[in-house]
Amino acid sequence: MTVGATSASLVDGRLDAKLPPGPIEQKWERHCFDMKLVSPANRRRYTVLVVGSGLAGAAAAASLGELGYKVECFSYHDSPRRAHSIAAQGGINAAKNYRNDGDSVFRLFYDTVKGGDFRAREANVYRLAELSLNIIDQCVAQGVPFAREYGGLLDTRSFGGAQVSRTFYARGQTGQQLLLGAYQALERQVGLGTVTMHTRAEMLDLVVVDGRARGIVTRNLVTGAVESHVGDAVVLATGGYGNVFYLSTNAKASNATAIWRAHKRGAFFGNPCFTQIHPTCIPVSGEHQSKLTLMSESLRNDGRVWVPTKVGDTRPPDRIPIGERDYYLERKYPSFGNLSPRDIASRAAKEVCDEKRGVGPGGRGVYLDFADAIARLGEPAIREKYGNLFDMYERITGENAYRVPMRIYPAVHYTMGGLWVDYNLMSTIAGLFVAGEANFSDHGANRLGASALMQGLADGYFILPCTLADYLARMRPDTLDAGHPAFRAAEVEVAERVRRLLAINGTRTVDSFHRELGHLMWDYCGMARNEAGLRHALRKIPELRAEFWANVRVLERNEELNQSLEKAGRVADFLELGELMCIDALHRTESCGSHFREERQTPDGEALRDDEHFAHVAAWEYTDRLAEPNLHREPLHFEYVHLSQRSYR
Amino acid sequence: MNLTLRVWRQKSASARGRLVTYEAKNISPDMSFLEMLDVVNEELIDRGEPPIAFEHDCREGICGACGFMINGVAHGPKRATTVCQLHMRSFRDGDRLTLEPWRARAFPVIKDLIVDRSAFDRIVQAGGFISALTGSAPDANAILVRKEDADLAFDAAACIGCGACVAACPNAAAMLFTAAKVSHLGLLPQGQPERSARARNMVAAMDREMFGSCTNAGECEAVCPKEIRLAFIARLNRDLLGASFRGGGARNAASPSDRTPRAAP
Repeated sequence: MTVGATSASLVDGRLDAKLPPGPIEQKWERHCFDMKLVSPANRRRYTVLVVGSGLAGAAAAASLGELGYKVECFSYHDSPRRAHSIAAQGGINAAKNYRNDGDSVFRLFYDTVKGGDFRAREANVYRLAELSLNIIDQCVAQGVPFAREYGGLLDTRSFGGAQVSRTFYARGQTGQQLLLGAYQALERQVGLGTVTMHTRAEMLDLVVVDGRARGIVTRNLVTGAVESHVGDAVVLATGGYGNVFYLSTNAKASNATAIWRAHKRGAFFGNPCFTQIHPTCIPVSGEHQSKLTLMSESLRNDGRVWVPTKVGDTRPPDRIPIGERDYYLERKYPSFGNLSPRDIASRAAKEVCDEKRGVGPGGRGVYLDFADAIARLGEPAIREKYGNLFDMYERITGENAYRVPMRIYPAVHYTMGGLWVDYNLMSTIAGLFVAGEANFSDHGANRLGASALMQGLADGYFILPCTLADYLARMRPDTLDAGHPAFRAAEVEVAERVRRLLAINGTRTVDSFHRELGHLMWDYCGMARNEAGLRHALRKIPELRAEFWANVRVLERNEELNQSLEKAGRVADFLELGELMCIDALHRTESCGSHFREERQTPDGEALRDDEHFAHVAAWEYTDRLAEPNLHREPLHFEYVHLSQRSYR
Repeated sequence: MNLTLRVWRQKSASARGRLVTYEAKNISPDMSFLEMLDVVNEELIDRGEPPIAFEHDCREGICGACGFMINGVAHGPKRATTVCQLHMRSFRDGDRLTLEPWRARAFPVIKDLIVDRSAFDRIVQAGGFISALTGSAPDANAILVRKEDADLAFDAAACIGCGACVAACPNAAAMLFTAAKVSHLGLLPQGQPERSARARNMVAAMDREMFGSCTNAGECEAVCPKEIRLAFIARLNRDLLGASFRGGGARNAASPSDRTPRAAP
């Protein structure tokens, strides 16, 4: 018998992930049967609050609405369709084996566990691989215009170094099309009255009553009104926190506030330092840079990465003879070359730039050169394959990449860390479920390409409708309303915080603080970390936070649309989260997945995992003292994929 | 480079707005248009003046949040480019630029360059979907779609819902937006059962939201950052005409039967 979703995940100080018993391929199915159901007639008596309307949030809200629950969905955007899932380019994995190339649920599971460098839960990842099949079916039924073969069947491609062709795609806009599918399903429910959509509403606190998540407090971004919303359960699907680095491929508004507020109310934060750095982004062009743009990784299929061999070589690329170029990925990783995994390619780019061999303004860039591919295949063939990406590159940089090599540099792209959840996607607060990038998720220490869309939709369409039912079935609907003291207290806190931000009237803009925090995080808690750097950041971040609360300038009032005020609240939370990320990075004295701990490397400079001490999820508990969170460890066990060191040489 | 900006400032929906002149100094040609506004805003805050409110999010031209008129052109001078992807190298030192919000009755101004586009969501609620309950789908490859149809459906589905088409239209019509969704779903076999109802209900919703009528001015296509084609409007009209013969499909719609088909390009 499975443990019910309501029972606390923290038993005698030990985290219980509530993994169902049995062989891995039967766990989810058996669990679905063991879970309680809510009868159709009773569902409308339960209210579920869904915060966020990206892939996970929109999918969950639509599916729960279809089932008959009363759903309230919240987004700080003007429309749920703006969520940043929309920007995902590459594709979505599914173990359909339509190509007859040996793919299977087990293989997708295996690749994902290995890709995550053995820091994800096997049972979760297996379920994700299983559900990948249903996701594609669902999306096609909704009318997502996936790429097709001439025979009318779905096309797939191999992506991110996978040896099978299991990635379904809709040109370079897969995220957009999947999100629009979920958005349309959501709007259908809004039209039918099962879902109430609150746009331009930002969650600023979580309300916990008698140990259960019972609601949220939002700020209306047009009127400034602080409002309480009561529910029987709360789902956070609020995305990742990559913007703690200021510059990232995330959208400008992407933030950590919802999960950070929940963390401060008792939800543990899992693996906060696990950040994915994507190797192929357009480099920073100056101090004015406001965000970074990803170029699809597929470019590395035909582009060759190089930098000048000589330090400080400022000649234009066509004047540098072949003999004075360092094709460093091909040199260091001859078997994978330019297709080396994301973390390895990113770190190698950083190394050559640290050696002052980087190219372009500021010296933080490497060439991605298509000259050989153009000579071999002809320009039309390259245009056919990558034309839209070359156009995008030219729009942003003003350079024609058919003539001169592209310049690329790694950028923060995705956060594998997030709120800790058990197998039911419930956090350490009963009734608080976390989905999509917002949870610490199934990607371990590094996410495979084309897996983020899969996870968001698996959580929203298929997992939450089952696990939420099991939770709600054990709860009797009650008459709790927003008059409860816990709601009143949270409203007062939110209003007071807004008042404080507006009252400081200092001399520095919100963005200037955000930029400074971003530099600290990127320099000391980015691709490569070491103890001295992290300790330095841990001194600097609290200083910066103190200065923020003494010297930030937020103009205008609360009672109007006030974008500086919105940003200020988010940056205030990043200034706290950044510290936790550094604490987590300091604790994890191993190199693993996307992060490299300089003290832990092989003699030839490769990442060295420490399975003896770190085969666990680090789940941090907030303690009122930001510098001293409590660490809880959830040990990870690998029964189906054997622990092994990755090698790409 | 240095530019002179005349920007529409309006404190709230009910306040009166006006154009205010600002100087944008030391602008790098490598900045995006929105980064140029970021710089102007940082200076405004330093001077204690309220920054210019404008909507934006992904800054990659895909979320559809950004958009305003630059010298009377939605998203500015560069073809197929949202303002977030427009870079300052498209302008010259000394240029004078007038920035105004989308102007349409159905898009009331909220503040400065930000308008309320929730009418688009309500058009989608009326029928911009395929009713496929979660879990009820057949195997993905059980539904065959001709590649040409899938590609054309994708072209229509590329709409980002930014509202430039409405802003550019002399009648402030939402035909290109609605037609793109009707075409995307109507081109696919999955979308056939609801095809007539979809066209009727979405057009009825469009009218309820007080969008204007289409008179084939074609301005929408010219400014669309995703190059959605005018031909999709003809497709919508075909569906609408078919629906008027077939009847049915009035679910959720106010009074769709009094619609006459729109002019076709």
